[in-house]
Amino acid sequence: MNAIIALSLFGISSLFLGFLNNRKILLPATLIFILIALGLNFADWNHEYFWFNGMLKTDNLSINFSTVILVAALLVVAISRHFGDDEEHSHPAEYYAIMLFSVVGAIMMVTYENLIMLFVGLEILSVSMYVLTGSDKRNLRSNEAALKYFLMGSFATGILLFGVALVYGATGSFQIHGIGAAVNEAKAQMGGQYGPILMAGTILIMVGLLFKISAAPFHFWTPDVYDGAPTIFTAFMSTVVKTAGVAATYRLLSTSFPGMYGLWGNPLVYITGLTLIIGNITAVYQQSFKRMLAYSSISHAGYLLITVLAKRPETNSSILFYSLAYSIATISAFAVLIVVSEAKAKAGKADESFDALNGLAKNNPFLAFVLTVSMLSLAGIPLTAGFFGKFFIFTDAFANPSILFKGLLVIAILMSAIGIYYYFKPIIAAYMRNGDTEKIEISPIYKYTLILTTALTIILGIAPDLVKKLF
Amino acid sequence: MQIPDIIRQIPLNYYIWFSTALFCIGIIGVLTRRNAIIIFMSVELMLNSVNLLLAAFSSYKSDPSGQIFVFFIMAVAAAEVAVGLAIIVMIYRNIQTIDVGLLNKLKW
Repeated sequence: MNAIIALSLFGISSLFLGFLNNRKILLPATLIFILIALGLNFADWNHEYFWFNGMLKTDNLSINFSTVILVAALLVVAISRHFGDDEEHSHPAEYYAIMLFSVVGAIMMVTYENLIMLFVGLEILSVSMYVLTGSDKRNLRSNEAALKYFLMGSFATGILLFGVALVYGATGSFQIHGIGAAVNEAKAQMGGQYGPILMAGTILIMVGLLFKISAAPFHFWTPDVYDGAPTIFTAFMSTVVKTAGVAATYRLLSTSFPGMYGLWGNPLVYITGLTLIIGNITAVYQQSFKRMLAYSSISHAGYLLITVLAKRPETNSSILFYSLAYSIATISAFAVLIVVSEAKAKAGKADESFDALNGLAKNNPFLAFVLTVSMLSLAGIPLTAGFFGKFFIFTDAFANPSILFKGLLVIAILMSAIGIYYYFKPIIAAYMRNGDTEKIEISPIYKYTLILTTALTIILGIAPDLVKKLF
Repeated sequence: MQIPDIIRQIPLNYYIWFSTALFCIGIIGVLTRRNAIIIFMSVELMLNSVNLLLAAFSSYKSDPSGQIFVFFIMAVAAAEVAVGLAIIVMIYRNIQTIDVGLLNKLKW
């Protein structure tokens, strides 16, 4: 909880650090800020406490989600090295400050107790991301991505808010526990019949949140936005924002609406199946590596939704493990894409397709290895973190007795088999094909971050209990 | 909980239907218009229908928290407008139009 206050202050101070002439200090300063916030985050460990008159509630689950978010933010900041080189990015302090502020929003989204805080956290996160998406001001693709993200994001917020207003009208509370109590009371009195206002409100809230985590059929903005945004912020979006959105959905559904599982459970099963199918099948047809990663993020939203649905006590730890494994692997994949496409752009051939990776293994074996490990983890091959992430999720799904869930499980397993095909495309490009060799240089901090992410992916794949026990 | 007579003159259902109608007009506007500013206005219409609904529920329940929420929505919507108009101006500078149909650089 103190992490929120500290990060807000750090955001302001990093703006002031921008006045200094020495720009080299910004990156280490931001890393230290996030590390301090990570430490403060654990100060509330093991005692549940309401903050600000019941606006926020810290418990171990929210602290764990904040940790995943902060680790992802730390890794993304560590690979953001090129702000300040060109004229467009002449104020790097602002980017770091906005990233810190958006992490504040993400932490509010996983700690909220009152729906006001869900809304404010969501907006802090989204408005920061609109700015960062459009930060490449002269690039038409970045402009277009920013406009699409902004219009779709505020549209989704409007739907979410209308749902919140209707639920407030039906239950008389914004506290998620208060709503849960009112829902259970209505269930006991009416025998499973809910008023139309409560049902409409629940569905609208779910639609609003599914927009934010880009589940099909509300995913259509995702590939465009992820493709157009500067790659470093795409990495931020697909890890921090995705984790925060899933965590917020999980917190709301498991606290307020478990009594209404009959209403939202079955539609969400269909939505999850559709998300898995659309995400994976469309990813097969992509020529651009970046766009493939965007569709892969849609499909991973589907896997995460399976655990949200599974309703088991173990769900907490499997959802956390999966988000962590997915975030780490995605960040290494984007990190490789950033250096490779920058080297191409310097040589005058800007390219983000699979062809850009041709000959990477000869050119820079280290980067090719990092890419391979991250792709294997995303595909869910054993001995990587992604395998155990999927394993825990499928175990959760298997324990659910409903026949619909068995169908969902079959779809999920088929789709991960398809996933293996398109995750191997970049590996094949890197090892089997020959390409022209632009020299790719990476700075020491970049190299250490990539070593860290790759090591984490392999360690979590060999000994998942190390982390799973913590959650 | 005593609800003042002056509020009870209009039944709560009327507010719900009116807000729903406004909200639907907003949604239709977002889905059918091509001008970025008009889409943006429709989104604001959606937010204002929410404000109205919250204020009505709040008066009928004699519970101030709904009206507090309205303040939050207004403040955050203002922040969103600042960023949104900046994005629209940025696009107008680059391509001299804000027709969303002409933004088609990103296709698969």
